[in-house]
Amino acid sequence: MITVRVQTEAFDLGAETHALSDGRTDIGAVASFVGLVRGGEIEAMTLEHYPAMTAKALEAIAAEAAGRWPLLGGTVIHRHGRLLPGDPIVLVAIAAAHRGDAFAACAFIMDYLKTGAPFWKKEETGGESRWVDAKAEDDAARDRWR
Amino acid sequence: MKLDLLYFAWVRERIGLDGETRDLAAHTVGEALVALSALGDGYASAFAEPHRLRFALDQDFVDADAALREGAELAIFPPVTGG
Repeated sequence: MITVRVQTEAFDLGAETHALSDGRTDIGAVASFVGLVRGGEIEAMTLEHYPAMTAKALEAIAAEAAGRWPLLGGTVIHRHGRLLPGDPIVLVAIAAAHRGDAFAACAFIMDYLKTGAPFWKKEETGGESRWVDAKAEDDAARDRWR
Repeated sequence: MKLDLLYFAWVRERIGLDGETRDLAAHTVGEALVALSALGDGYASAFAEPHRLRFALDQDFVDADAALREGAELAIFPPVTGG
C-alpha cells in the first residue's frame, strides 16, 4: 500500500501527492515531507547505498507504519548518486482519512529511515570530501516511537 | 565459513574493495572482524573502532554477536546517514 522507490532521478512532490489521492474520496489527508541538500559550505553530496538491502529496509519501515496507523496509501522515494544544494533527496507522502494519522506516519517513517535505511552521505566542501557522521539526535528521534 | 562480504562508505574506502568472497575462521560477525583485521592495514584501519561499525547479514541488521551461516552475505558499514 506504501510504494517504495530508490532512484537517481529527481521527483515531483505535486505529481506524487496527486497520484495518491486521484480518483478517491476516502482520503481526507495527505501529509508529505521532502528532504533537500542543504547548501552553505557544501558544494555537493554523494549518496551511496546498499542496493540489495535498501528497498527491503524501506519496505519494512513502511509496513511498520501501516501496522501502527490506519493509512490509505503512501509513497517513499529516496535518491542516490551525486546531488547539489537545493536538490531533493527524499520524499515521504502518506494518505489517511484524518490528518493526525498522516502526520504521525510521515514523521515516523522519516525518523526510522534516518537510522534504519542503508544510505551514506559524502559531502564535498572546498575540493575535499568527507563522510557525514551519524547523529545521536537521529537515534533519539527514532526512539521516541518505541 | 565462506562468506560474501560487502563494504560501504569509509569501510569500503579503507579496505579498497567494495566486496569479496572469503573463507574465514569465524562463527560470529565479531569473529569475522577479527579474522579480517589480520589481513592487512586497510582492514585493521577499517575495523579499528568496532563501535563505529554496523552489520547486516543477508540484508538484515544484526549485532556483532550474530551467528554466521555458510554462504551468507555479510555487509560491514558505518552508521547510516540517509534521509
